[in-house]
Amino acid sequence: MNIETMETHSFDILVLGSGGAGLRAAVEAASGGGMSVGIIGKSLLGKAHTVMAEGGAAASIGNVDGHDSWQTHFYDTMKSGHYINNFRTVEVFAKEAPARVLELEQWGAVFDRTPEGMIMQRAFGGHSFRRLAHIGDRTGMELLRTLQYRAISMNIEIFQEVTITRLLMDGSRIAGVFGYHRSDGHFVLFKTKALVLATGGWGKVFKVTSNSWESTGDGAAMAYRQGAELQDMEMVQFHPTGMVWPPGVAGLLVTEGVRGEGGILYNSEKDRFMLRYDPERQELSTRDVVARSIFREVQEGRGTPHGGAWLDISNKGADFIKKKLPGMYEQLLTLGDIDITKSPFEVAPTCHYTMGGVKAHAETCATNIPGLFAAGEVACGLHGANRLGGNSLADILVFGRRAGIAARDYAGSRTDDVAVSEKEIEAEAERILKPFSRPDGENPYAIHAELQETMSKHVGIVRDQKLLEDGLEQILKLQERAKNMGAKGGRTYNPGWHAVFDVENMLLLSELIIRGALERKESRGGHWRSDYPEELEEMGQWNFVHEISPNGDRIKKERVPVMPPALQEICSRPVAPGKEPSPNVDQRKGASS
Amino acid sequence: MSDQYVLSIFRGDQNEGEEKTYQVPAIPGMVVLDAVHYVQAHDAPDLGVRWNCKAAHCGSCSAEINGMPKLMCKTRLDDYQGQVVHIQPMRTFPIVKDLVADVSWNYEVAKKIEAFAPVNAAPFRMQQWDVDRVQEFHHCIECFLCQDVCHVLREHDAQDQYFGPRFMVKMAEFEMHPVDGADRVPQLKNEGGIGMCNVTKCCTEVCPQHIHITDNAIIPLKERVADRYYDPIRKFFRRLNKNKKEESSSSTVPSKV
Repeated sequence: MNIETMETHSFDILVLGSGGAGLRAAVEAASGGGMSVGIIGKSLLGKAHTVMAEGGAAASIGNVDGHDSWQTHFYDTMKSGHYINNFRTVEVFAKEAPARVLELEQWGAVFDRTPEGMIMQRAFGGHSFRRLAHIGDRTGMELLRTLQYRAISMNIEIFQEVTITRLLMDGSRIAGVFGYHRSDGHFVLFKTKALVLATGGWGKVFKVTSNSWESTGDGAAMAYRQGAELQDMEMVQFHPTGMVWPPGVAGLLVTEGVRGEGGILYNSEKDRFMLRYDPERQELSTRDVVARSIFREVQEGRGTPHGGAWLDISNKGADFIKKKLPGMYEQLLTLGDIDITKSPFEVAPTCHYTMGGVKAHAETCATNIPGLFAAGEVACGLHGANRLGGNSLADILVFGRRAGIAARDYAGSRTDDVAVSEKEIEAEAERILKPFSRPDGENPYAIHAELQETMSKHVGIVRDQKLLEDGLEQILKLQERAKNMGAKGGRTYNPGWHAVFDVENMLLLSELIIRGALERKESRGGHWRSDYPEELEEMGQWNFVHEISPNGDRIKKERVPVMPPALQEICSRPVAPGKEPSPNVDQRKGASS
Repeated sequence: MSDQYVLSIFRGDQNEGEEKTYQVPAIPGMVVLDAVHYVQAHDAPDLGVRWNCKAAHCGSCSAEINGMPKLMCKTRLDDYQGQVVHIQPMRTFPIVKDLVADVSWNYEVAKKIEAFAPVNAAPFRMQQWDVDRVQEFHHCIECFLCQDVCHVLREHDAQDQYFGPRFMVKMAEFEMHPVDGADRVPQLKNEGGIGMCNVTKCCTEVCPQHIHITDNAIIPLKERVADRYYDPIRKFFRRLNKNKKEESSSSTVPSKV
């Protein structure tokens, strides 16, 4: 291999990941002009996991409920995150989300409208007001498409279907990335002054998941290997309503919008069980609570025939459902043989989101590696122990933009040349081709399937010491076997070969999830331990931060940032700001439920 | 229900290839993409296929199933009881490998379209009935099945003369946005080649999002082109204006319809 003849690109700012966060970062980085910007995606442009987001983007615009404010959004997000979120991240987020949503309208997104002709906002779990700007039940697609067409109209070089296997360093700073084109397997080297990591989450480590194939955590795993700090890895969100039947579609997401628009959950005894678990918010409680409630109902023998709960929106009428939830109507009809305008359907929890990730600065998205910034699901700080629905679409807009700005600033301040190590690149190229020398090695699909089984059984919605310890042992064994993964065939579009690197990344992150879960001896948000069922005040003061060391993973206990008094005051209120009882009943506005 | 399905999948590339047969155990509710994944995991790990969401949101897994352009994730195998299921890549585009087609041409076309250009700053005041019309076009998942089936592109290889149905929908989306101020009618007529479409509606038939591509996007755009360029009265005024323009050399770009 000759590094001189290798396809090489140099940028001031490079974005890894072409989902919503990556595109928003690239658009921002390019908008000032004068700097070269590149963006790399593992799939085709416009196919990233962002398209799967259905319900909406949360922003306190207040078009429907005028009493909404950034303070209420802050209050809701901190509360839902069980107060291990970075308060400053949440504050920045709550304040900036409305402007980011309006910006999308400026760029061509067409949200549903209120009777006054403004952007419509819908109710969602855990949000005190109707807050989610939406387009039917395909808001993520609208957001991604809008950013995609914005990006191609700008001076941004776009690389599609490129797998990156390693981040390159120049001393302690970021210097580039290395990988190959999926179409024909040829190597490609990118040098860059600043790198934005926007590679999404790792929901594919679970068997029943709403995540698309790409959610294998490549960015988080690669950054960790180069010394980036990963935080709150034990925090995984299980969405309460995935499809259950038929098995071919198990795990497929049923949007929270169904409950937002008035859908009701029942158990097999026709009992509306959410009234018992959360009398105040009922179906629109937070996802951790609803998912656990369904799980409990099933465990106690009140589940549906295929082990879930009934979700029913048929009382809303066919016209309403087809207008507000057209994707869900079609999905259940074609894939589940159920007409949701006429009958209830079965749902059960499905893995949906990873709250943990690369520890990122609240204002700049900077990581502990100079020149490396992280935004979107790969980053950690905003969601704490449980993410609110609708907060991820707003997250990628707010922090995608901020990462773009910070990366520009950093690249602009760096005047010296970027140096990459030839030896490092040669070694990585050799490593990438290694699976071909083991055509009869371990099958990456089989290892992935075992990994998913293990994670679902041992680190799922309910956890305990024994389950976790056994799970860790199995994951470590799989890691050993995975060293012998092989690939058949050639380098041209070979998914069996590509899977080897996905599986390596997932195995690493699975280990960190379990180690984090063992460390957190309490129940909080998405992390539920049957041996420590209570949320403990002492534990609530800590984030667990993972760091690579010569002896493997090292976990540091770091204090959750302490809020200044003004923000503490907001969080300590008995009711959400704007929801205080008003003497004049007519002026009271609030979430419809 | 039979306990297994027989799949005949194209293996090869642009130069050569043939269908190979695979047996897949049946699971209730299984879609074609599940079966392809089974083949990958058990028989042919290097079987090339694109997919992302498996929920008909991303438009990655387009293929031709028993000759019909479809999304593999949305096509139930129990619709093919007792039949061999033939799976081919989209044939209008060059084949990279197996079921993976080289769709890069579409991304080149996308870049040529003038971006949305609002005449005032957001927030816009638009009623739901103002936007119902364009929201239909926003359903597009860019699966390119309409491009695959369009005979202008498929049989006549006229990629250099026509943008194809997908991009007529995209141009309609911008052009019919209540706040858009750009004028894409000249591009529709010339580079975009809307005249190449002879309204056979094949694109509408295969659209997995049920967008009325021909009726709601292409025909209204054709009308705009016809109004602008072929309306005899306008033609007369345009000639008149042209003469004036030559005298005064002022701009006479027709206003947006």
